[in-house]
Amino acid sequence: MSGAAKEMHAQSMSELAAGLDRGDFTSVELTKSLLKRIAALDEKLNAFITVTGDAALEAAARADKARAAGDVGTLNGLPIVHKDIFCTRGVKTSCGSKMLDNFISPYDATVVERLADAGAVVLGKSNMDEFAMGSSNETSYFGPVRNPWDLARSPGGSSGGSAAAVAARLAPAATGTDTGGSIRQPAALTGTVGIKPTYGRVSRYGMIAFASSLDQAGVITRTAEDAARLLGVMAGFDERDSTSIDRPVPDYLGALSESIKGLRVGIVRQHFDAGLEEACGGRVKDAIAVLESLGATTVEVDLPNLDLSVPTYYVVAPAECSSNLSRFDGVRFGHRAENAEDLLDLYCRSRGEGFGDEVKRRIMTGTYVLSAGYYDAYYLKAQQVRQLIADDFEQAFADVDVIAGPTTPAPAFRLGDKVDDPITMYLNDIYTIGANLAGLPAMSIPCGFVDELPVGLHLVGAHFAEATLLRTSHQYQKATDWHTACPGDFR
Amino acid sequence: MRSSWETVIGLEIHSQLATRSKIFSGASTAYGAEPNTQACLVDLGYPGVLPVLNEEVVHMATMFGLAINATVARRSVFARKNYFYPDLPKGYQISQFELPIVEHGELFITDAEGREKRIGITRAHLEEDAGKSIHEGLDQYSGIDLNRAGTPLLEIVSEPDLSSAKEAVAYMRRIHTLVRYLGISDGNMQEGSFRCDANVSVRPLGQETLGTRTEIKNLNSFRFVEKAINFEIERQIEHLEDGGEVVQETRLYDSEKNETRPMRSKEEANDYRYFPDPDLLPVEISVEYIESVRQQLPELPAAKQHRFVDEYGLRPDDADLLTGSRALADFFETAAAATQAKAQLVANWVIGDLLGALNRDGLDIGDSKVSAIDLAGLLTRIHDNTISGKIAKQVFEAMWDGAGTADAVIEAKGLQQITDSSAIEAVVDDVITANPGQVAEYKAGKSKLIGFFVGQVMQATKGQANPAQVNRILRDKLGG
Repeated sequence: MSGAAKEMHAQSMSELAAGLDRGDFTSVELTKSLLKRIAALDEKLNAFITVTGDAALEAAARADKARAAGDVGTLNGLPIVHKDIFCTRGVKTSCGSKMLDNFISPYDATVVERLADAGAVVLGKSNMDEFAMGSSNETSYFGPVRNPWDLARSPGGSSGGSAAAVAARLAPAATGTDTGGSIRQPAALTGTVGIKPTYGRVSRYGMIAFASSLDQAGVITRTAEDAARLLGVMAGFDERDSTSIDRPVPDYLGALSESIKGLRVGIVRQHFDAGLEEACGGRVKDAIAVLESLGATTVEVDLPNLDLSVPTYYVVAPAECSSNLSRFDGVRFGHRAENAEDLLDLYCRSRGEGFGDEVKRRIMTGTYVLSAGYYDAYYLKAQQVRQLIADDFEQAFADVDVIAGPTTPAPAFRLGDKVDDPITMYLNDIYTIGANLAGLPAMSIPCGFVDELPVGLHLVGAHFAEATLLRTSHQYQKATDWHTACPGDFR
Repeated sequence: MRSSWETVIGLEIHSQLATRSKIFSGASTAYGAEPNTQACLVDLGYPGVLPVLNEEVVHMATMFGLAINATVARRSVFARKNYFYPDLPKGYQISQFELPIVEHGELFITDAEGREKRIGITRAHLEEDAGKSIHEGLDQYSGIDLNRAGTPLLEIVSEPDLSSAKEAVAYMRRIHTLVRYLGISDGNMQEGSFRCDANVSVRPLGQETLGTRTEIKNLNSFRFVEKAINFEIERQIEHLEDGGEVVQETRLYDSEKNETRPMRSKEEANDYRYFPDPDLLPVEISVEYIESVRQQLPELPAAKQHRFVDEYGLRPDDADLLTGSRALADFFETAAAATQAKAQLVANWVIGDLLGALNRDGLDIGDSKVSAIDLAGLLTRIHDNTISGKIAKQVFEAMWDGAGTADAVIEAKGLQQITDSSAIEAVVDDVITANPGQVAEYKAGKSKLIGFFVGQVMQATKGQANPAQVNRILRDKLGG
């Protein structure tokens, strides 16, 4: 390949789309080259639970045929990866758990269906924390994912496989889900772009539930432009999800080119307190300065209840998960203990064997906070605090268009460092959890490095302000090149 | 029951709602299909699936709420009731807990003294049914049939206002009639579409605080409700009089042994950990919606009963019986409108001969072999003296057996009443001539013998002579 032209794997989805349009390569060629890369490199990362090579090549061939016939869908022939939390018909959908290691989904999630209808080619299913419960990808039954920037470090979680795959150029884009930061934190730790839309913007149908009132599907890409392209396909009302919102989907791609002159950027004082590593704070402040140089103005805003978000989250999310995971009982699907003596034994051993420690911890916590005599003190109180946090954000968004800050308190940590200390692990999500509790859209974009590890800039918007977030990010990426940096082993 | 004790009963009635599809999925609710053929991924609780509310159930619950003069909540919330059981696929049942759709209703029954008694209805809430376990014919295994999982139920909870098994049954019948009137349930008790749990306690007469209650689960016939409650009352009183205490527990009624006994404790869950279901939005309905449902409400059983008394002059108990189902009431009204005969006569015939024939053949009113219009035709012929009431019964049987309308049967069999005086006189003369002994006795003062003479004339005319005329002519001729 000549010096000027980028190799296929190095191109963003938009660049690949243009290449397919020009006929530089076919979808089959593109898919083959990425599958080859995955085969060669994923053993270092463990980003995939399942690679669907044959199905991908078939889909690519169909896409090429459709393209030849003049049908150029939004994503026609473009490769993606699905987090293994999305149900995919005929393909193992494990949710990172032994419990579902044998589960072949009989149906497609709405997200999977919409992306397939737009012509996307699915390369495989990505590794994740078990049932999306974790911030390091170490709770996966299939082993931890490694960070492409430093293989001894965690890529974050729970969408760690998706983030690592995109960062390592094994795929241009991957779906993820975000309950407390599970898209944005791994995006920050791997130098990728991750967006969690407004709660209800993307259907949850077919996405295995962790905490139903917080879960939201989104994407991990290398550019804001690619995120806009994918979100435009994924978003929109779905009659199969009562919590999805019937509201037109704006033209995210079309809105990218507008300048951010006059954009009001909120800075939260509490975000730069002691919890944040100083060097990280420096990168984030530099990024905010770039936004100012592009015409944005900064306004200090106050989120007085922000410090309550982690404890609130760790009541609400486990409560919902304790109920959501009750269906995994060994009766109809998933892991079933052998030679059960009776029904109770079947339940206890199937669940005891099928779930990992972190999942069990959360089920027990959730069961406790919903129990008679504790419900008011924990669950009800947490819901009240949640409302206070949402009110804080609403008040802040009266004065600003986006809130900017760090995505995580520090860059990627070493695998094994926090695994025995759940509280420290939970605090990794301190800046991201608020958006889930309030149902707000939020994204993380790369904004520099500390000790050769990526740092993420976190942007939160008002309800349904995805277009503003994407535009701000796109304008930032036009002015900077942090998002083009590639980990050395994966060029 | 012993006179020094007082009984307090509350019922929780589960009425299956007559929707075509399930409460949270598009699967069919039809009864009797092969196991697990009417359970979609949502009913099976598959990973990733979500419930979507069937709006028809909101409509039905609203109708019910209005019909019992209750508050229909502008905002109600579905909650999860968490417990593990193999026939409960998700490990929780979607129900309503803190904010049910219907609250503070009432219904009136007639108590033992014949007085109207108000029974408060605490609440009625929407929920999904579970599947069922199958143990027969599977050797050491248990089977699960999830066809019923997700079938919509309305759980109707009464206040503890019922004081006897009879009152409990009367109340349950009223609810049964009402849900069928509203068309929101088929009320089929054999198929489990209508069943109840009874909370029963006793206390010494005059005591204010309630005694400890037991709950008898899953009673699916009026007879069982009465027998189970009566057994439980006796059991509790006996126990208390022996110095024991009633244990708060769930019991099952064994209809073969006619006794209640405690459920195994494993079948009871203690803490359901209710919380609002985050997969479903609160149900919000407008005042306009409630009013539009009110406009569509059919005439309710109690109102219809009163109208039948006022408008048709029926006896109250007949009116009660005829308004027991909308179809029966409609049958009566159709027949009454199509004949000059008195409404009470129509009522007598519907309640007596028609219901008798239906019962005998095991048919519903909708399958009656004699239509309301044809019955009216028959009664018109009684009214205009074409036939006597006695002959009419014969005609009715023929009609039931498919012989056509009353007129056709009367014509074919020549059953017209003889009202021609000269024809009757001729028969009377024959009878007098043939029975000189009886004539002599009659004339000597044995006036009871008039019956004998009437019988003879009727026999000779195959019952077709007008009995009043026969009587009059006989008396004239015998000079009595």
